[in-house]
Amino acid sequence: MSSDKQPGFRVVGTNATKVDGLSLVTGRPKFVADIDLADTLIVRLLTSPHAHARITAIDTSAAEALPGVACVLAHTNTPTTRFTTAGQGYPEPSPYDTRLFDSKVRFVGDFVAAVAAESQEVAERAVRALHVSYEQLPAALSIDDALADGAPVIHDEPDAQGIYDALHNVAANVDIDVGDAASAFDACPVVVETTCETPYAQHTPIETHLVHSALDGDGRLVLRSSTQVPFHARRIVARTLGLPLHRIRVIKPRVGGGFGTKQEILLESIAGLVTLRTGRPALLQLTRHEEFVSSRTRHPMRVRVKAGAEKDGTLRALEMEALSNTGAYGSHALTVLSNTGSKTLPLYNKASDVHFYGVAVYTNLPVAGAYRGYGATQGYFPLETAMDQLAERVGLDPITVREKNHIRSGESSPIFEKLGEGREGVAFSIRSCELPRCIEIGRQRIAWDERRGRRNREGNWVHGLGMSIHMQGSGIPQIDMGAATVRMNEDGSCQLLVGATDIGTGSDTILSQIAAEVLGIPPSHVVVTSSDTDTTPFDVGAYASSTTYVSGMAVQRAAEKVRGQILDVAAGALQVDREALSLEDGRVVAPDGRSASLAELCSRATHVVDQFQIEATASCVPEESPPPFLASFAEVAVDTETGFVKVVKYVAAVDCGVPINPKMAEGQVEGAIVNGIGYALTERMLFSSRGRVRNPSLFDYKIPCAADVPEVDVVLVDSYEPTGPMGAKSVGEIAINAPIPTIANAIYDAVGVRLTATPFTPERVLAAMREASEAP
Amino acid sequence: MKIETTLNGCPRNVDVRPGETLLEMLRRLGMYGVKEGCGSGDCGACTVLLDGRAINACLAFAAKAHGHTVTTIEGLASGDALHPVQQAFLDEGAIQCGYCTPGMVLSAVDLLRHHQQPTDDEIRRAIAGNLCRCTGYAKQVAAIRRASESESREDA
Repeated sequence: MSSDKQPGFRVVGTNATKVDGLSLVTGRPKFVADIDLADTLIVRLLTSPHAHARITAIDTSAAEALPGVACVLAHTNTPTTRFTTAGQGYPEPSPYDTRLFDSKVRFVGDFVAAVAAESQEVAERAVRALHVSYEQLPAALSIDDALADGAPVIHDEPDAQGIYDALHNVAANVDIDVGDAASAFDACPVVVETTCETPYAQHTPIETHLVHSALDGDGRLVLRSSTQVPFHARRIVARTLGLPLHRIRVIKPRVGGGFGTKQEILLESIAGLVTLRTGRPALLQLTRHEEFVSSRTRHPMRVRVKAGAEKDGTLRALEMEALSNTGAYGSHALTVLSNTGSKTLPLYNKASDVHFYGVAVYTNLPVAGAYRGYGATQGYFPLETAMDQLAERVGLDPITVREKNHIRSGESSPIFEKLGEGREGVAFSIRSCELPRCIEIGRQRIAWDERRGRRNREGNWVHGLGMSIHMQGSGIPQIDMGAATVRMNEDGSCQLLVGATDIGTGSDTILSQIAAEVLGIPPSHVVVTSSDTDTTPFDVGAYASSTTYVSGMAVQRAAEKVRGQILDVAAGALQVDREALSLEDGRVVAPDGRSASLAELCSRATHVVDQFQIEATASCVPEESPPPFLASFAEVAVDTETGFVKVVKYVAAVDCGVPINPKMAEGQVEGAIVNGIGYALTERMLFSSRGRVRNPSLFDYKIPCAADVPEVDVVLVDSYEPTGPMGAKSVGEIAINAPIPTIANAIYDAVGVRLTATPFTPERVLAAMREASEAP
Repeated sequence: MKIETTLNGCPRNVDVRPGETLLEMLRRLGMYGVKEGCGSGDCGACTVLLDGRAINACLAFAAKAHGHTVTTIEGLASGDALHPVQQAFLDEGAIQCGYCTPGMVLSAVDLLRHHQQPTDDEIRRAIAGNLCRCTGYAKQVAAIRRASESESREDA
């Protein structure tokens, strides 16, 4: 469908083969654990059985006495510096409320101690030999518990920094006004309001968190980590362990999926400390159970949206109130909360008066963190539910209400400036927006006008259609930074060194395509080295939908500088003014037809005349964050006997600017939609009354398998983003926000009930239908 | 104990520890393409072929390989020539992080050996035990369909 290359581009817009595809499909040893572990200590963790307790004593002697135990770490013998596990730009907007090991545990699964031993068996036996005495404390196991008068104070430690109101368990607070929403609602003839809840959910990368640490020949600490943020990991480990930053090297090999959970520095400091203490290599990998219980989750939220409009459906006022549960630590607490408003409300910029406020609350439950969508997922559920309610109230098609109110090219939203990530944002205008075409394409492909509102029946199954629209961002303006180095080899090929972090997204491939485009060479002549703090330039890493837009622009700039150097060399070689030369298909051509190959020119610069290394480094700190846009449509079938919801057909039409590699862009959308369908229909972490996760396995926590999901019809609707590299915007996160409201609206179309809490399980659907039928 | 097995076409005598799983043994022997995702048979990342049938290596004892043939992703290509399923995964863009890829490819190989013209539903059921969080499965299903078409062309 979109395999034709873009006009004017040679490499960009083609489906260049994934640079690491061959090694991955043949199973070559590319991941952290794919090494000979004969000499490596295995580290295992002891985690808290209690939701909230003080450790009154810990006896490690029996464990230490076991043959084969090399080292035991606990709060009694490890650094006490507080830090955040959130791998964000410095200074991190998340509170410094975490210790490597603390004398107080704050959720079931909190790290209590670590044991390093010669084998996994010995390490596990040693963990069982640790004797810990706890003084249990009252626990707050919900947002309401934590905000109640007299609630236990979860962060009562005096040395935490950056907590908004520790005494009341409030990790972060946001409150912004545009105009005067309260007065504006009074003047609105139509007001709708809805509150939606989204539960604890997990990323479940198929590779769990892991890190291998070792000392190099000079005694420096080398961490091979499955991370999205190698440079942040280096900095946070340096802080935690009190090491000079330059004594640490972080290398990211292939990563078996991230989705945000590997934007957290969970294990690097523990394994690193084992290596520093013992001089031995160490491997620390979470089991699947630990991944569920002790790693990170999506922030559960309760979000209320109130929308005020004229009788013709034109929005006047919007209010969004978000209550976010950050769990036991405040990782990404403020920024996820901010994004719940900042990535959703600007979509409806026809509302002149907007109020967004909320808090992120500590509880004695697992720690929330970054998760693809990053708050927007939680915000779009009530927002797009409210838009459907508004459409119904004013008697318009849901599409029409959205078309009346959504932001368009050339327009802005005051929220861009009011609300950034943990601080004020940056004002900018939308330069590319093909949302109207996305909506139109989706409307046709799902047969909206023919099939919606028909309640077509097949036995017990009733069909319904729903839609929603979305925006996200492309990086964090004036905060994110990516850098790239391009270095020519004497055969005319090039080395591309990027800090950008390919976690399976394909960024190594698309960045090589951008370099190849500028240099007039095939992408196979670009050798990519990425994500090694010793050898590649800085990059914030893989998050905030930043890599294509931010790192891609750094690559484009570095390649353009190198192109200029090549033209300088050619001007000397061909004795022609540089301005008269052109570079295409691996050759520099003079107006009279004479030419020189890149191999000749690079060899000349390396070996022959005026020798120098053709090389350049460039950085990008974006001034804007152009949103990608998405129109999402689904047809569902609801079994009226059981309440089971089946997604029959899904259409996602996306404007991500110029897709650098269309197949990879489609893959990002397909994967995000299916992850979102899981969150809509089946995914939810369940807890016991004492805060223990009840379904910590991939058997009991149900993510979609191939047989569960329909084929997702992805349409890339090209636009050209003038501030982006080769016209590109982001595509990584946006689609995960769509399935919940789209499916909720489709269920309403099918059976007339509005579900306001995910997952939409058969029990909930059936209960809602019964309630509706019993209502007077 | 010592077992005799045929690993990727080569006869091997292997010392296995009591309780050692096939997954642990294979990784110890350097077959790093066999991945662990859960250790409980839920994710399929450790899928290998035992006498040509896809199994979860994390659920099998190493000793089960005694007297049988084991094929891992490392043994699938013939020299530089990829297996048609591997080639199709590359061509269709079916690989993102690649962690589930070896297991998914081997499940597909098992399917196509026993079922030359599977429908999309049959393909989806055949890889239902191989969880992938990156792709949404569309391109993997397309790749397996493509491989089945290329294999049946070769047979014709």
